[in-house]
This record gives sequence, C-alpha cells and structure tokens, in this order.
Amino acid sequence: MNRKKLLKVLPWITTPGLLVVLFVIWELSVKALDVSPLILPPPTMIFENLGELLAQPTTWDNVRVTVIEIVLGFVAGVLAGVLVGVVLGKLPLVEASVRPLIIALEVVPKVALIPLFVIWFGFGMTTKVIIAGLLAFFPVMLNVLLGVRSVERGHRDLMQSINASRWQTFRHLEYKSMMPHVFAGMETAIVLAVIGTIVGEYLGGNEGLGYMVVKTLNELNAPALFAVILMLATVGLIMYFIVTSFKRVAIPWHESVYGRKDVG
Amino acid sequence: MSMQTQPTVAMPETAAPDPSPEIRVSGLGKTYKTERGTTHALSDINLDIRKEEFVSLIGRSGCGKTTLLRIMAGLVPPTAGHVEIGGRALWHQETVDSSVIRRLGVVFQDSNLFPWYNIEDNIALPLRLRGVKKNERRDRVRELAALVGLENFLPNYPRELSGGMRQRVAIARALSDNPELLLMDEPFGALDALTREKMNMEIQRIALATRATVVFVTHDIDEAVALGDRVVHLTPRPGRIKDVVEVPLARPRGLEIKKDAAFHGLVGNLHTSLNEEDDHES
Repeated sequence: MNRKKLLKVLPWITTPGLLVVLFVIWELSVKALDVSPLILPPPTMIFENLGELLAQPTTWDNVRVTVIEIVLGFVAGVLAGVLVGVVLGKLPLVEASVRPLIIALEVVPKVALIPLFVIWFGFGMTTKVIIAGLLAFFPVMLNVLLGVRSVERGHRDLMQSINASRWQTFRHLEYKSMMPHVFAGMETAIVLAVIGTIVGEYLGGNEGLGYMVVKTLNELNAPALFAVILMLATVGLIMYFIVTSFKRVAIPWHESVYGRKDVG
Repeated sequence: MSMQTQPTVAMPETAAPDPSPEIRVSGLGKTYKTERGTTHALSDINLDIRKEEFVSLIGRSGCGKTTLLRIMAGLVPPTAGHVEIGGRALWHQETVDSSVIRRLGVVFQDSNLFPWYNIEDNIALPLRLRGVKKNERRDRVRELAALVGLENFLPNYPRELSGGMRQRVAIARALSDNPELLLMDEPFGALDALTREKMNMEIQRIALATRATVVFVTHDIDEAVALGDRVVHLTPRPGRIKDVVEVPLARPRGLEIKKDAAFHGLVGNLHTSLNEEDDHES
C-alpha cells in the first residue's frame, strides 16, 4: 500500500481504535479510583442506559422532533442566506447601507435572544426552528455575499467575449463559482443549526433531545445524561456528514473536494 | 503614417492592395478619467488588417496594446474612432454589435477555463450558449480537439492539464464558432520558453488551417517577428503606433527561422526601436 492510500485509510482504523482505548482507560480508572457514577459513570453504564433509552419509543419521538427542527431551521436559514447574500452581493449600494446593521446582528450572541423567541413564539417547534434558522443564516449569507463578488475577472471577460446573456452568465459562471461558498457556509450553518436547536430545547418546551438533557439533569441521572449527549453528538455528526456528502456530489470539481491529490 | 496594405512575399495571392480590409481601425482613441486627471491610453490608432493576415502588436507594458485588443474584442468601449470588422462597425457608442462579436474569437493570457466543466464542455461553451444541438456540438468539439492535439483529454478537468495544454483548450474554444478574426492577448506569456516555442509553431499551423485573421499581442520581439506578417509597434503615453514592420518571410515559419539573417535583422531593428523609447523616457 502506498503512502497516499495509507493516509486515506488510516483515520478509519485509528479513530475507532482510539475511542476503544479511551473507553477502556475511562472504565478502568473509574473502577480503580471508585468514582461515583453520579459524577463520572463508567462507559459500560452509559451504553447500558443508551440501550434502555433507545428501546423506549418516546426517545425516538424526541429524536424525530430535534431532527425536524434542525432540518427545517437549516433549510430556511440556508435559503434566506443565499437569497440575501446574492441580493447584497449584487447591489453594493444596498450592502453598504445595511452593512453596520448586519455586523451588529452578527456580533449579538443570538442564543441570548432565545427567551424572547419563547415569549413570542411559545414553547413549541416554531421557536427552535427560528433559532436554528437564524444561526444558520449568517454564515451562509456572508459566504454567498463574498462568493458573488469573487467571480474571476477573466471569466467575466470570457463570457462577454462569447456574447453571453445575463442569464447565461449567471447559469454558467456566477452560479457555479458561488457554489463552493454556499457549501462553505452550509458546513458552518449545520453545526450552528444543531446548537441553536438544542439550546432552544434547553430553555423551553417538553420535547426533543435538548429537553431530555434537561430532564436527565434534573433527575441527576448522569449515565442517562451521558447517553443523551452521545445521541446528540451522533445526530450532529450525521447532519454534518450529509452536508459534506452533498457537497462532494454537487461540486466534485472544487479544490475542497478533490483535495490536492492530482495537481500536476 | 500610411496604413495601406502592401503586397508581401508571404502573401503573393494578394498582389493588389485589398480594397476592403477585414478589419479597419480608424482614429481609435481611449482616455480614462481618473481623480488625478485624464490618461490617454490610446490615441489616433489607424490600422487596416487584411483577410488571413497575422498581425503582431508589440510594445512595452503600458503602451496600450492590451487596451487596443480589448476594444477590438468588444470588452472595452473606445472614446474615439471606429473599429470595423468585415465592413460592420463593432461599437455603437458604448454598446457592442453582438452580430459582429460573433465573428471574433478571443484568447487571453490566462486560459480562463471553467474548473467546473471538463475539457469537452469548456470547448463547447460558446456553441452551447448559441444554442447549437448536442450532437452537432460533440462533432465540432472532436474536430477542434484534434486540431489542437487534445483529442484524448476531452473528459479531463482543467486542473489535470498543464499550462500549455490549457492554452490549447482556450484556443480551441475561441475557434469553436468559426471566427473570422482571432484576437490573442499574450496567450503564451505565462508559459515556459520551450512550451512557448512549440505553441508558436502550433498557432501558425492552426491559423493557416482555419484561415483565420489573427491579431496577436505580445511583448516578446522574437515571437512578434516569428509569427507576424506585420509587426505593429506601439509606444506609451499616449498609446500610438510608432511603426509598422513588414516581415517578408513566408508562413508558416519553422524553428529554422531563428537562424535566418532577415529574421535577425528585423528583430535587431525592433529592439533598437523599442530601446529608443527608453532613452526618451530617461
């Protein structure tokens, strides 16, 4: 096996291996030091709890609620982000006039607004979707704004020299060169949408994985809390994986996808 | 200075001055207004180019050769004068005549290939925008790829090709719509010396095969003389034609031209002429 192949395969072997090592050390040290499971439960206990939770249909209802909130918020945030990003990117005058406002909104810690949304939209899904969407919106919008402007000058000249219409220029050039920026924004956005949803669930309502975190915390059930956190992490990872896989299909030509493996 | 076309050794079939040149540039000027005043990029450019002629534009940087080419390519409007291609005006005030643009092919210093399309789609782009059917497009792309020697690379992506190959693709793309006039802006400027020499041979073969008229911008004297039927020497501030040199050597010209006394004489004269500018400046 050559070095390049090895570099590709290696993480797939080492990552599970390292996790196993971590769990074994964790298990042994918790047992050896006799740590209270209330503070740090051993992995075996956590997985036991995870199994129990996964056997309950209410757990799956909570997973479903959280996933729906994340997906709806993410999609809404991305759509709005692309739309606003394109408009602002295309209209520098508008962008200049709203720029201070955008920066101000960007700097505001948006999770601080969650209680307000709870007052306005209640304890249901709407609040969480709005928070997830709001958090997902900014990275996409800012990336797209940059993307719209970063079309290469020479490429524009070319389109002009072959008599391309505005629509053709958009379809074959602007849209295509914008896509890597949309995906860069989406990769940040999905992570933020997950965070927004969960924090939203922490603060209001009685469904979703975030709610389960709060519930297990109130019960001081550390093993179950760990189990829920594991589920959350898995949901987040799967979401991220879906976005990056989508990127591989959508822009296989881009450097972030093909890497630098065949640059000659 | 008279721009009347002269019969040359290279083109015995055009024994008499062409009454209707392929391209007529008359009284062309371009000024840019900046905060610090007005810059005269080009001033009173007059140039007639006959069909199938290969004209090199040479001059130091800032002499306006690229501006002239960009005006002829329909990318920048002139502030004075006219460009006529095949008897039709290219510019109407600030707007280009798209039916005239269609008769041009442009090759830039950078290949400007779209990384999201493979070589086939890059070459076919102008045809696609014009609404040429897929089958027809495919046939034409095969033809063009064969012409530039890239028939085995059609499914590849631009990043997989060397600089010289990418420039061949750009040339094929510029030729896809059968242009009567090929405008080239330092197309080989970014290539290494050996690749460049090879591309010089290639472009001669391609120009003759397609019977295209070529305007070729370069800052390399050897290249300008080796390729051109005429070499137009531009001087900066304002950009003007200083001299038009006929190259009485038959085309295509092989590498052996570099040993030709006439070639060296012309290169030497141009060299002196370009250096005189330097003296005026200092």
